[in-house]
Amino acid sequence: MFAFVIRRILQAVIVMLVISMIGFAIKQNVGDPVRQLTGISVSAAEREALRDQLGLNDPFSVQYVRFLKKALHGDIGQSFFYKKPAMEVILKKAPATLELVFCSGVLIFFLSIPIGIYAAIYPKRIFSRIAMGGSIVGVSIPVFLTAIMLIYIFSIKLGWLPSFGRGETVNIMGWESGLFTGDGLLHLILPTVSLSSIMLPLFIRLIRSEMMEVLESEYIRFAWAKGLHRWRIWFLHAFKNTLLPVITVGGVQIGTMIAFTILTETVFQWQGMGFLFLEAVERSDTSLLVAYLIFVGIVFVIVNTVVDLIYGLVNPMVRVTGRK
Amino acid sequence: MMRAWRKFKESYLLYSFLHDKVAIVSFTILLVLVVGSFSAPLIAPHDPYDTATIDIMNSELPPFLLGNGSGSSEFPLGTDSQGRDMLSTMLYGMRISILIGLGAVAMQAALGIMLGLLAGYIGKKVDAVLMRLADIQLSFSTMMVAIVLSAVFQSMFGVGRYEEMAVPFLIIVIGIAEWPQYARTVRASVMAERKKEYVEAARVIGFSSSRIMWRHILPNTLSPILVISTVQVANAVMSEAALSFLGLGMPPTQPSLGSLINSGFEYIFSGSWWITIFPGILLVVLILVINLLGDWLRDVLNPKLYKG
Repeated sequence: MFAFVIRRILQAVIVMLVISMIGFAIKQNVGDPVRQLTGISVSAAEREALRDQLGLNDPFSVQYVRFLKKALHGDIGQSFFYKKPAMEVILKKAPATLELVFCSGVLIFFLSIPIGIYAAIYPKRIFSRIAMGGSIVGVSIPVFLTAIMLIYIFSIKLGWLPSFGRGETVNIMGWESGLFTGDGLLHLILPTVSLSSIMLPLFIRLIRSEMMEVLESEYIRFAWAKGLHRWRIWFLHAFKNTLLPVITVGGVQIGTMIAFTILTETVFQWQGMGFLFLEAVERSDTSLLVAYLIFVGIVFVIVNTVVDLIYGLVNPMVRVTGRK
Repeated sequence: MMRAWRKFKESYLLYSFLHDKVAIVSFTILLVLVVGSFSAPLIAPHDPYDTATIDIMNSELPPFLLGNGSGSSEFPLGTDSQGRDMLSTMLYGMRISILIGLGAVAMQAALGIMLGLLAGYIGKKVDAVLMRLADIQLSFSTMMVAIVLSAVFQSMFGVGRYEEMAVPFLIIVIGIAEWPQYARTVRASVMAERKKEYVEAARVIGFSSSRIMWRHILPNTLSPILVISTVQVANAVMSEAALSFLGLGMPPTQPSLGSLINSGFEYIFSGSWWITIFPGILLVVLILVINLLGDWLRDVLNPKLYKG
């Protein structure tokens, strides 16, 4: 187990290095910091002097190491629109996005598991058929369209729910949270539902098919023969093995979720990282763009590593076969 | 020619197609959509690219077909904020969407098949490196990679240049973002094929590796490639719509379905819902029929792959 953990962490570090390299390359090739710093009246010679002073004429590797050293201290550069360190700007917006992802995750978790299990146990019932048919339609509707339709129905036509912003937030130890005010929760409903709409069908289908496969296996037949209660068979014996692939896919899908927050946040004017990222693209705010990339990269890598470790913990086969 | 036709007529593919109502309906709708969009210059009542025929006074007219007396009979589905006929703009937009979808899939397939073949046939180091790369890229989700790539392209070339070259750029972006899907599928079937006797035989005869890869193994991996290709077209169309919706794709002057939805979005609050909802419905129908066809194809060609 120890070797497995070490290897996974090493891999995570390598991935982070690659991401930082990409971020650095973007910073190098997009926009010229000297031009941003100086006006038109500055002569070419002075520019060259400034370039030297800033270390922009050093070889790529030297500059990269310098970038990496600074990045390790959380310094990725100034966002030239906000006039603040880019990482600070990103971190300020992170709670909004993370809350959205968290709420969608909870919603998906509590809906997909019961529906998936039900559809696996009673595949022929009307409800299962509706769930399966609905899920292929659900997969075919892009998130932003779901979001627009929800806004049209619930905010414009019915006027029940707010259509943009986060509403009232409270500050809990530096974390701007909308989870503890009625207004904030009300604002969360539509974005959460839209963000879940992509993953929910996928998870229902996944849980159903895995569960059906498990229900066919030998040990379940043995459990039936032994005369165990059906609840025990379904929820204890079968469900446990259904979870394995669900954990892996779940870890990968968190990446997708974060990507889709960009879309959801744009539609709902949700003041999170995704919204900020698009603004940064429009203003060619390179530092902010790179900061977003690195922050999201860190989140992905941590999530994936943790998921792999959990998987290794739950499924001993991974640890054994993974060793060479 | 006759023989090929007879072979097709007696094939299992056609048989199962004719016995599957969902497949027939999906295929018919898809055919109508594709033919309709590609003959847009002929059948569309207006030319949305011709600024001379657009009158700003016609902007935001409600759909005439709704039949409540508003709108003009000239514009059956209403007009958008610039006074362009919705029906014509949607037809032209769908043409761009489909074009980018197909182009992006061709690009993914070219990249993915090549790398997948290499990884599967050569194995060892090449395989390890390529598949690790694919894993990492997939863990970031294709959507994220596509968004970041197009954002970088846009800041690198400037918004103006990017919009001029939007179609090839989008094809490249989506192509690069989704190659791992192909590479994985191809690699898996190459691994299975490689151990078979005909490959051994070809090697004994002394054929070169590249000949064995392309002429012997590749044809036998075609059916899984065909299966994922359909689904990938739907995915590519969806990615393109998402990128255009974010303003990273097609410009409003040359709209795809995604940028139409985007440009109509702000008018939804003032009650002009048709500018967004009609292209939206069209997009969903397009993606849905391709997905349904993909599901059917998967069942027919590869029953073992079928899950859920």
